Amino acid sequence: MANLMSPIAGKVIKINVKVGEEITDEDAELFIIEAMKMENTVFCEDLGTVKEIKVNVGDRVQEGDILAVIE
Amino acid sequence: MLIFRMIQSMGQGTAFANFTLAQIMMLCFGVLFLWFGIVKKYEPFLLVPLGIGCILVNIPGTGLMAPGGLLFDNYQGIALVIYPPLIFLGVGAMTDFGPLIANPSTMILGAAAHLGIFVALIGAKLMGFTIAASSAIGIIGGADGPMAIYVATKLAPQLLGPIAVAAYSYMALLPLIQPPIMKALVPLEERKIAMQKLRPVSRREKIIFPVMMIFIVLILLPPIAPLISCLMLGNLIRECGVMERVSVTIGSVFLDIVTVFIAVAIGSTMSATNFANVQTLKIVLLGLLAFCVGSASGLLWARLMCKVSGGKINPLIGSAGIAAVPMAARVSHNVGIQYNKRNYLIMHAMGPNLAGVLGTAVAGGIMLTLLGVK
Repeated sequence: MANLMSPIAGKVIKINVKVGEEITDEDAELFIIEAMKMENTVFCEDLGTVKEIKVNVGDRVQEGDILAVIE
Repeated sequence: MLIFRMIQSMGQGTAFANFTLAQIMMLCFGVLFLWFGIVKKYEPFLLVPLGIGCILVNIPGTGLMAPGGLLFDNYQGIALVIYPPLIFLGVGAMTDFGPLIANPSTMILGAAAHLGIFVALIGAKLMGFTIAASSAIGIIGGADGPMAIYVATKLAPQLLGPIAVAAYSYMALLPLIQPPIMKALVPLEERKIAMQKLRPVSRREKIIFPVMMIFIVLILLPPIAPLISCLMLGNLIRECGVMERVSVTIGSVFLDIVTVFIAVAIGSTMSATNFANVQTLKIVLLGLLAFCVGSASGLLWARLMCKVSGGKINPLIGSAGIAAVPMAARVSHNVGIQYNKRNYLIMHAMGPNLAGVLGTAVAGGIMLTLLGVK
């Protein structure tokens, strides 16, 4: 089990995964977080199945906040 | 015959009879600014009012720029140093100084990237400008619009139009100007460096910072007191946490409105006699030189810091040491991401970027102090 943490502080503007989805591609663009009016893509750190998504579109996150749990 | 004479005198009273070639050229510039703002969406907040100001001032016979005229009165906002501090108030309210407080060593980059100011100053002096005018031209290299306007108003008001236009144009063009310099000066391996997470900054630190800055800057460099005190007041309103409504308003709506006024005022300095000459061309060239040298020296210092820190600092953040917030930091981030998709340099680059704002203010303060301007 691994926590996917936000690499940057900003606002979640897009979530491209669903709970239960398996991530097989290292370059899958899981989350889009807006910071300083720029869209930043969050990639996964480990491949696996999405157990839980901890944020909603529109949430403000800090650097290091948990976005999702991947098993 | 009477009717003929009446028509003739009406004709002479309209603008058509009085246009000069230079004015028609400036009108074309005005329309070009509008086109870039509206069609190309380059800095529309700035270019649309600037274009209108430029058009208004170049139509002869309106008297708008004569004492008592609309544009003349609006220009007093710059001449009497009212608008630039108000802009800084708004900028303070929308700026989070956290990345600078978290990593104060980036302050060095904010200073290093200001070499461009002094190189352009020397260049301008060699081209035959007075020392006061050269200093005002040099400050373009700081990439800080309100500061450039402030220093130009104090040192060389006749050059305000070209200086402000050069400063704002190059800020908008940063994504074209900086990347080639960054790629030339930073080796591939260093461009890939990912930086460690910034430490969290407490609310208390964020409140103490603006108050402390007011004391330090005002005691050491009184000439820039109007700008820095407003910047820090705006920031304190943001960070104190008990004035949220005011903070949001001055950081957005208020700032946008003052920007319209200041942009019209800059546009209204672009009369044909002030603008359509060789001096403007020299200023535009010197401004570009200042931007390039500043970016380069920031990058080279960052490479040194990278070596000293044992590879913990990505040198790409060095070019963010010029004060264009947050454009320069975005350029660092975007170049970084080309070489390492998982590299998020934006917040790290904000440190030197914010230091750059203070650096430009300090450089301007030093110039005003040395030249004895109150």
